[in-house]
Amino acid sequence: MEEKNSVGIVKPSLFKCSIPLKLECGITLDSYELIYETYGKLNKKRNNAILVCHALSGNHHLAGRYSSKDKHPGWWDNLIGPGKPLDTRKFFVVGVNNLGGSHGSTGPKSINPKTKKVWGSKFPIITVKDWVETQQALLSHLGINRLASVLGGSLGGMQSLQWSIQYPEKIANSIIIAAAPNLTAQNIAFNEVARQSIITDPDFSNGDFYQENKIPKRGLRIARMLGHITYLSNDVMGTKFGRKTKNKSYQYNFKTEFDIESYLNYQGDKFANEFDANTYIRMTKALDYYDPAKGNPKNLSKILKKAKADFLVISFASDWRFSPDRSKEIVKGLLDNNLKVSYAELTAVSGHDAFLMDDVHYHGIIRSYFKKIQSQL
Amino acid sequence: MKKNNQTNRYDFNVIESWVHQNSKVLDLGCGDGLLLNHLKDKKNITGFGIEKDKDNWLLSLKNGVDVIQMDLESGLAGFEDNSFDTVILSRTIQSMHNIQSIISEMQRVAKEIIVTFPNFGYWRNRFQIIKGGMPLSKELPYNWYNTPNIHLCTINDFDNFCTTHKISVVEKHIMTDQQAVNFYPNLFGALALYKLVKK
Repeated sequence: MEEKNSVGIVKPSLFKCSIPLKLECGITLDSYELIYETYGKLNKKRNNAILVCHALSGNHHLAGRYSSKDKHPGWWDNLIGPGKPLDTRKFFVVGVNNLGGSHGSTGPKSINPKTKKVWGSKFPIITVKDWVETQQALLSHLGINRLASVLGGSLGGMQSLQWSIQYPEKIANSIIIAAAPNLTAQNIAFNEVARQSIITDPDFSNGDFYQENKIPKRGLRIARMLGHITYLSNDVMGTKFGRKTKNKSYQYNFKTEFDIESYLNYQGDKFANEFDANTYIRMTKALDYYDPAKGNPKNLSKILKKAKADFLVISFASDWRFSPDRSKEIVKGLLDNNLKVSYAELTAVSGHDAFLMDDVHYHGIIRSYFKKIQSQL
Repeated sequence: MKKNNQTNRYDFNVIESWVHQNSKVLDLGCGDGLLLNHLKDKKNITGFGIEKDKDNWLLSLKNGVDVIQMDLESGLAGFEDNSFDTVILSRTIQSMHNIQSIISEMQRVAKEIIVTFPNFGYWRNRFQIIKGGMPLSKELPYNWYNTPNIHLCTINDFDNFCTTHKISVVEKHIMTDQQAVNFYPNLFGALALYKLVKK
């Protein structure tokens, strides 16, 4: 069955990098692997490449399916494809599983070539800056000298922002959605609760649970449930679930009673079965540490002096995890440097997760912006 | 489209003549962004538009304008003092709640400010009121119950406002149907354009 506007059946590739990488934490990785997917074709000028960065629990599988029986397409399939807002007939789109991820790139469950053992607890903490470095290595391997754009939501948006600072000459446009220039104390607090739920799960074994054939599912479940609460707005939770219950009358026990409980339990179970606990706690750390302005909002304007890209910044009014005010801080830094920026604040009700939604106006903005990028190629 | 290209041409030209070559311009309530594009073409300006309405915002983006979505009622936070040469408020002031605050914000971010508004003192408006109804015209196309215009004023009112608030009028142009009006402008002018600086 041919799906309309789909990139179709896709296959990931593996990039083996043997150039040593000095991480921000001080540790050096002698080599590493990145799993990635590409869609569309690189043009003759090699200037139509778009890097799409993933957020906390994402991966390199942006669009299409692995087989005709594959139930779910890539996580941003509603946006990427032939004729879609990010049109793969015009652009060469690259998705990569970030270093430390658990979907095929070198990460905590990989073998450390030095010790020939699973990394586990010894796997270093990777930062947004490190990711940009590895993404640049991959792009150079693909023969891409300059990106038409980097696009990302949430933690992916932070990578897009970081690209404009770290490789200002190599990025023409930076699209930053539902992001922030750093995390607030409240955000770090949520991350710490998620980490503690994993770390204190006895099956976590200090991060070396692989050898013991255990998975800290309880911790992962709770971490994910907490995450889901913060990704949705109160309004959308009310509309979706309200006080709806499974049974007509209350059961007066601790089994799932309300629909919201059942939703969170489902999401928690699903996640615990497929996501790596060591990766999760490290991804949250990458979020916590990201702070190009080093704690001083005034520094953001100074840091952004280096940037040369054009920017599109989008926020969602109902997103309380990365509120519009945080996006406006980025916009202010860009305006202070007289950089070209457009900023949209969308009224979507769904909260932080809105950046993944299939909304006509939201997708219209992205489509129009990519048309502008295309006209500049 | 909010602003009609044809009727706008002439006030675009007046505004263009008041804007300096290669200057930096901020257009508040930029609509579809065509005024900024006109100024880019004719005066090689750089700048931004501000637009609250999501459909107009998208039109501006499509027209190649760098546009910030925000509500002018909350001021111009995010824009540094004197960061623009000219700030324009074209056919928007009459729909704003706090006129004093937006004018003072405009004075903060730019040296020169341009304000245009429909003249409520225009004879056709007066005549419609004498006949007993609220005015409906090309400049005032809304019914009383759905109009966004809450602070309509006449040319005399605006002159008094400028005097009271110590604002110097450096240029003033009154027009009707693309023609300049010099004879009893408060009676015969449909649209008023002002270039202002701080006293």
